[in-house]
Amino acid sequence: MKPIATTRSSMNIATGKLAVWWVLVSEIVIFGGVLGSYIMNRIAHVEWGEQASHTNTWAGAFNTFVLLTSSLFAVLAHQAAEKHDGKKAAQYLYYTCFGGLIFLIVKSFEWAHEIREGFVIQSGGFWGYYYVAAGLHGFHVLAGMLVMLWVADSAKKNQDLHRVENVGLYWHFVDIVWIFLFPLLYIAK
Amino acid sequence: MSAHAGSHHETNYVKVWALLLVLLVVSVVGPMAGIKVVTLATAFGIAFVKAYIVARKFMHLDLEKPIVHWILALALVFMVLMYAGISPDVGRDSGQRWEKTSGWHHLPPQSEHTSEGQGGEHAPSH
Amino acid sequence: MANHHDTHDHHDGAHAHHDEGWFKKYFWSTDHKIIGFQYMFTGMLLALLGAFMAYVFRMQLAFPGQAVPGWGVVSPGQYNMLITNHGSIMIFWVAMPVLIAGFGNYIIPLMIGADDMVFPRLNRLSYQLFFVSVLLLIASLVVQNGGFGGAWTAYPPLSANKDFNLTPLGSSLWLGAVAVEFVAFLLGGINFIVTAMNARAPGMKAFDVPIVVWTIVIASILFMASVGPLVAGAVMLLFDQLLGTSFFNPNRGGDPILWQHLFWFFGHPEVYVVLLPAMGIVAEVMTVFARKKLFAYKTVIYTIVATGVLSFFVWAHHQFVAGIDPRMANVFTVTTVLISIPIAEMCFVYIATLYGGSITLSTPMLWALAFMAEFMLGGVTGIYLGSSGADIFFHDTYFVVAHFHYTFFPIAIIAVMSGITYWFPKMFGRHMNDFWGKVHFWGTIIPFNGIFIPLFVLGAAGEHRRIFDYHSFPHLATPELQSLRIIATVSLVVMLAFQPVFLVNYIVSMFRGPKADKNPWKANTLEWTADSPPPHGNWAELPNCYRGPYEYSVEGRELDYWPQNEKA
Repeated sequence: MKPIATTRSSMNIATGKLAVWWVLVSEIVIFGGVLGSYIMNRIAHVEWGEQASHTNTWAGAFNTFVLLTSSLFAVLAHQAAEKHDGKKAAQYLYYTCFGGLIFLIVKSFEWAHEIREGFVIQSGGFWGYYYVAAGLHGFHVLAGMLVMLWVADSAKKNQDLHRVENVGLYWHFVDIVWIFLFPLLYIAK
Repeated sequence: MSAHAGSHHETNYVKVWALLLVLLVVSVVGPMAGIKVVTLATAFGIAFVKAYIVARKFMHLDLEKPIVHWILALALVFMVLMYAGISPDVGRDSGQRWEKTSGWHHLPPQSEHTSEGQGGEHAPSH
Repeated sequence: MANHHDTHDHHDGAHAHHDEGWFKKYFWSTDHKIIGFQYMFTGMLLALLGAFMAYVFRMQLAFPGQAVPGWGVVSPGQYNMLITNHGSIMIFWVAMPVLIAGFGNYIIPLMIGADDMVFPRLNRLSYQLFFVSVLLLIASLVVQNGGFGGAWTAYPPLSANKDFNLTPLGSSLWLGAVAVEFVAFLLGGINFIVTAMNARAPGMKAFDVPIVVWTIVIASILFMASVGPLVAGAVMLLFDQLLGTSFFNPNRGGDPILWQHLFWFFGHPEVYVVLLPAMGIVAEVMTVFARKKLFAYKTVIYTIVATGVLSFFVWAHHQFVAGIDPRMANVFTVTTVLISIPIAEMCFVYIATLYGGSITLSTPMLWALAFMAEFMLGGVTGIYLGSSGADIFFHDTYFVVAHFHYTFFPIAIIAVMSGITYWFPKMFGRHMNDFWGKVHFWGTIIPFNGIFIPLFVLGAAGEHRRIFDYHSFPHLATPELQSLRIIATVSLVVMLAFQPVFLVNYIVSMFRGPKADKNPWKANTLEWTADSPPPHGNWAELPNCYRGPYEYSVEGRELDYWPQNEKA
């Protein structure tokens, strides 16, 4: 049973959406902490550039493409949900999830390759941040996919369509984080 | 494809997406020139542009209430503050009487040269 | 209405009407009031644990090497474990859950006229995660090699390397407990903020919201905006501990100062995270028992916001001796001294509220007044510590210890006591005993000063705070200094001896106290228009709001209060 409080909207913003914005605030500061620490350390350590040169720019670029595309599907899902087309919204959400899946597969091949080459999390300052930042991000991708599957499941039955937008907001944020991770981890060498 | 007049505005999301892809290509190709300024502008400058576009068009920040902008600005400002407060200490590897030794003695055999930045000045990383 | 009273008379719930079983009703509930109680009681239980730890290490300091009754001889490792966990428990597992999560859960929906939090199940999850963090914490104390002993600040390399801290399991479990607890409070905080923003009663504008709701919400925002870097840092520290990475290991290019910064970027706003709700509780109590409108309500809110923003600019004053950039030390000295302005302003506002009021010295009011007096001592001594020059001498002495106990004790104990005694009739529908409440009040306040005034003196005499037995330092082991330590310890024992008075009063009043009606204090805010205790859903019909919360002694009105939900 939903409390009446949930249905109120004193700020004229849907409660769920408002909560997602606050979730994003807490995510911004978490990623801000990692990336800020990385950047200031990186500027201090010239030799990290050499370590960074072993990352695969093409894999990173491909993953950026994958996430941007999945973001497109997320926003199309939102568009469909606004038109009360739950079936279509769910379908787009599945495409989005599929994008996330490809992202994670590429990532795991990348990591497997790097670990085989001997670049593990202990191998250097850069690699520590590389694995922590990308790992934290990958964890968010995975969590987003799970939530999205759950949202798609109810969207299919035309229930709780407002959640499509909310999970989309989260997904775009994850995309934005990657937009910054890509040059930071793959291009700066 | 769906040209209904259902919602109050219709962004062509595919166009936005195409623009993002063009920017992505630029951000990959730009740094290949190997010129530092170009690298910074294309890699990092474009990252900000891409993030802005995603936030504005995909997250619909352009239609969002001002309070949401304030909320997000708050988090970003605090992060800038954090960076500004911490980087004077952490963003350098030597000071008057101290030095962060950066000897990574067990770098993997594949890498030709191990770390050479021993106690360097605050030289930029590129 | 009568039904609700019936159900609550049978507190064991075994034969309540809407019978869900004890477990479902009190452990698996999504009712904000029950979750508030869960937080509050967990916090109070852990306060007992934290107090016991303080007792053990204070005994060791006063009578070094002698067996402590109830513990035995304290070893140096145990001593470190005790001070570390005393600090982390009192801040993370007492002040936070009781002040923010406990009171926040209980009073926010009631004060804004809502039937529950906006996300009740998220709320339940928040407590469950918190409970997991408590289990992790307890586990960290009893595992092999003992609990973590690297101080609540967990500075690496001591915390990062098991060869240094000697507690491989304890330190990782402790860190995990802290991290899980942060996640729990993030979930809770999002709930508080969104509830207060979006679920207000019809007619309740932002400036009709009681101060305590404002303070809890702003505290939650501060927490949310400051804890992120530390969450990231905790992950990195955990990897340093478990995987041997070197984020904070200077020998391999890492930076221990980075941890200090990440920690205090959270750690200092955290002080204000717990201070602000305490200030809010005091504001509520003072207006009710002075029968006066809160002086400059809007200014107080701007001040709260200003305090919150400024609190992000001061963190490095904890690191003046850590070798930070001296130019930054200048900046942080100025900002630190600046933040005393909004806090002082709030104190003046409260004094102005009291001025000319018809003050009733009931137990909650006594606690509120004591909060002002004691907290101001804490605040004023902070000015010495905020000045980087003076701090080089005072840093890590007992002066610092006394200073922050003069802030945290008023926050976590005095203001909480004020809140508990004030809202007790609403929470349980019965009154606490006023006489025993006052006995407990004086029995706590007087020994509290007896503990920490000697510590100011000891700190000024140069007593370093991390020493287990001062006999190794002849200039600190003089009989004069030792007698001050004994005074502090004896005061602590006296203070602890008075706490059962409160506990017995609390528990007996819960079941046997005289019945309270809806609005025993004649207060304005909406929670007093609900039944005492409020049923699930709080009101049969949710109230509307017509005015601000502090319309006391309005001229031309027969009654000296004017409830927010009364139309005219």
